[in-house]
Amino acid sequence: MKRLIYMDNAATTKTAPEVVEAMLPYFSEHFGNPSSVYGLAAESKKAVTEARETIAKALGAATEEIYFTAGGSEADNWALKAAAESYRNKGKHIITTKIEHHAILHTCEWLEKNGFEVTYLNVDENGVVKPDELQRAIRPDTVLISVMFANNEIGTLQPIREIGELAREKGILFHTDAVQAFGHIPIDVDEYHIDMLSASGHKLNGPKGIGFLYIRKGLKLRSFIHGGAQERKRRAGTENVPGIVGFGKAVERAFANMDSRTEQERDLRDYLIERVLKEIPYTRLNGHRTNRLPNNANFSFQFIEGESLLIMLDMEGICGSSGSACTSGSLDPSHVLLAIGLPHEIAHGSLRLTLNEEITKEDLDFVVEQLKRIIERLRSMSPLYEDFMRKAK
Amino acid sequence: MYSEKVMDHFQNPRNVGEIENASGVGTVGNAKCGDIMRIYLDIDENQVIQDCKFKTFGCGAAVATSSMATELVKGKTIREAMEVTNKAVMEALDGLPPVKVHCSLLAEEAIHAALWDYAEKNGIKIEGLEKPKSDIHEGEEEEEEVY
Repeated sequence: MKRLIYMDNAATTKTAPEVVEAMLPYFSEHFGNPSSVYGLAAESKKAVTEARETIAKALGAATEEIYFTAGGSEADNWALKAAAESYRNKGKHIITTKIEHHAILHTCEWLEKNGFEVTYLNVDENGVVKPDELQRAIRPDTVLISVMFANNEIGTLQPIREIGELAREKGILFHTDAVQAFGHIPIDVDEYHIDMLSASGHKLNGPKGIGFLYIRKGLKLRSFIHGGAQERKRRAGTENVPGIVGFGKAVERAFANMDSRTEQERDLRDYLIERVLKEIPYTRLNGHRTNRLPNNANFSFQFIEGESLLIMLDMEGICGSSGSACTSGSLDPSHVLLAIGLPHEIAHGSLRLTLNEEITKEDLDFVVEQLKRIIERLRSMSPLYEDFMRKAK
Repeated sequence: MYSEKVMDHFQNPRNVGEIENASGVGTVGNAKCGDIMRIYLDIDENQVIQDCKFKTFGCGAAVATSSMATELVKGKTIREAMEVTNKAVMEALDGLPPVKVHCSLLAEEAIHAALWDYAEKNGIKIEGLEKPKSDIHEGEEEEEEVY
């Protein structure tokens, strides 16, 4: 069988075997509801507590500051909607960026329809928020700043510490969507002055359907789901015990080898970037050259369209993703690529490849060879390339 | 996502290329939306399409519909070629996902644009043929996206 080269780890990751193994008993023998009084339930409760401790420790947070949710999108929705509502007497202005995940952008649009005002900050050509622009956007009625830790498409890391310090100085709540960064980049909520942080299990070899919102102690935030005393009455519903256990295991695993794993990924990522830029003409790297997630590479190949490229890569067993309109279900390409200033046709020809620890140099050599072949072929079929070559003559 | 026929025409597109001194060339779509199709026709003195080639910038469905459209008009008279509708292209491909129906429309438009070019060059009128919408966007004057 042809080897599958899975390079879409920003979309989701494979649940690690030891994570699956840790979860299994909580489907079968330890199936009790953590809220029940009998001994069977105590096992479940203990497991949830332990996972919470592991996660809190990884962030430099206290255990009671971690609130499990059904995923990153829920955590984002909760943070923004509840913070806006809780602090609306203080002001109705929110600041975020143009390159957030839709879980943030669409929630902001919803808030705008409900009487809030939102400033969407521009980013520079690498996708980085400019702190001085943020400073200028702050108003007396600004109650919340939400800036993602790392971008999901182009991998760019944001100046979170500076943003956190600024927010703290001005007395404004600071939320960060760390779905892509958690488990890949060291994060300390105190050091970065983070008040709320969203994360998800399946981006770090944990299970899908589990995430959390970190909420700094003392912060007034209404309950998101009503109906029970779970998660300190802030998020009702019987705990997803296997999911929480798996998430805890995944975090333990990701933090145990973070340095060596990310160093390996960084080396391979740079190898991939260098070869692609050198060997495929009319190609650009999207996002910052070095200040990016260790496993993220994002290219634009001129004169071709991303979906065609993905299908042809898939035929060779290579999984990637694109910011082209055809893969987003709309007519517009990725909002992130447009925000960094790419013209539409260049944004349509984008390819994101995100590594994991299993990817080898040999895999990347294969990927580069396939890319060269496929891109040449697609260009030979492209009227844009034909026009370009004609003009060049 | 795609039918076997679509995948076949995407993987092995028929009639890719250019025709030098073509009787008619039509280019439709725009780079902004991510689809551009160019069709070349070689039409003989009896108004029969002797050869047809295409070049496409676009998704899998855009390539497949271009390929199928060229197959459907090849060997036909220009009158018959006018009857190759987007529906005919879609049916020949065993259907397209709903979001890709516009690709088949683009294929029909590309054929019409090439026929229009031929008609103009030869000073003739083709019944039912309208002037194609010129939609090509060079991408030089990009305005900033408004949220």
